[in-house]
Amino acid sequence: MTPESAPGPKSLLELFLAFTSLASQSFGGVLPWAHRMLVERRKWLTREEFVELLAFAQLMPGPNICNLALLLGARYFGWRGAVVGLLGMLVLPAIVVVSIGVLYSEFSSVPVVRHAVIGMGAAAAGLIMGTAIKLARSQSKRWLGFGVLAFVAVGVLRLPVGWVMLVLVPAAVALAWQFEKP
Amino acid sequence: MNLLSLLEVALYFCFLSLLTVGGGLTVSSDMNRFLVTEKGYLTHAQFTESIALAQAAPGPNILFVALLGWQVGGLPGAILLQIAIVLPSSLLAYYANRWRTGNLQTRIVRATRTGLSPLAIGFTLSGGWVVAWGAAVGAGALAGLPAQVGMGILTAVTLVIALATRINPLWLIAFGGLAGVLIL
Repeated sequence: MTPESAPGPKSLLELFLAFTSLASQSFGGVLPWAHRMLVERRKWLTREEFVELLAFAQLMPGPNICNLALLLGARYFGWRGAVVGLLGMLVLPAIVVVSIGVLYSEFSSVPVVRHAVIGMGAAAAGLIMGTAIKLARSQSKRWLGFGVLAFVAVGVLRLPVGWVMLVLVPAAVALAWQFEKP
Repeated sequence: MNLLSLLEVALYFCFLSLLTVGGGLTVSSDMNRFLVTEKGYLTHAQFTESIALAQAAPGPNILFVALLGWQVGGLPGAILLQIAIVLPSSLLAYYANRWRTGNLQTRIVRATRTGLSPLAIGFTLSGGWVVAWGAAVGAGALAGLPAQVGMGILTAVTLVIALATRINPLWLIAFGGLAGVLIL
């Protein structure tokens, strides 16, 4: 039995505010927060749908999380939703980031600031990997080998993502093709 | 900076936008080459700090481009370069998705879905792994091997708590910041 996703946002404004609030609290990378808000809280997407949209967002050029906002916006409101989703993800956080940049140029020599930023990075890394493991639980075991390959190639060996995709995407799709009924 | 040079940078970023498979940071080395080495609009330190700040701040990491733009050409620079890096890839994603959703039942789209999902998970795990290394190496450079191991443990503890509980991630990030101050 697969759980159904809840109905999505009722208006463009709700969509914009949802992504703005998501983006402006997403310390340490947006993805864990997106999973928390879209799947666990608002239930707009099931885990399977989330992984599927994320996979397509990653395949396309562009920041994954911006593509995800665009795709989800388009799913509910067509091109208007795509534009609003993207703007929700970018406008307020851009103002925040530039303000922080101006402040940082004043305080970057204070050691405490730098030490805190490094510690936040270490914690953020744990959150991101935790999200990946949660997502893996929704997948059939048969295909997870490709996930391990992708991790070893990009994470451990640090090969460029573009080249890894050039090899793994056709291989994974070709193998899946064999298993899908015509 | 004059408007013409700014437009030249924006045009180049439009081109890079189509190459950002796997996220904006994948083209950051080429942006560095263009802005710092070739044009001399920014220093190397300004460039690196822009990326670090965007990662520490909330919001998508691609906002480091707004910071670069701000330093290159003030407010118009920030707006123009941020649009340039996002618009072309977004148009491509939008139209490719329209085709995809129109053909959901075809065998190729179903196979793409099944085949790509595990890759998405593997790339996400890689992202976390790379950030973990960055933090550990940064800590090691500041305070030696024990600090480097400490950051590794901090990442592992966060991972376990994130998996085992439904705690608000903000607490974990704040805990990380505090631990960074105490350990380093």
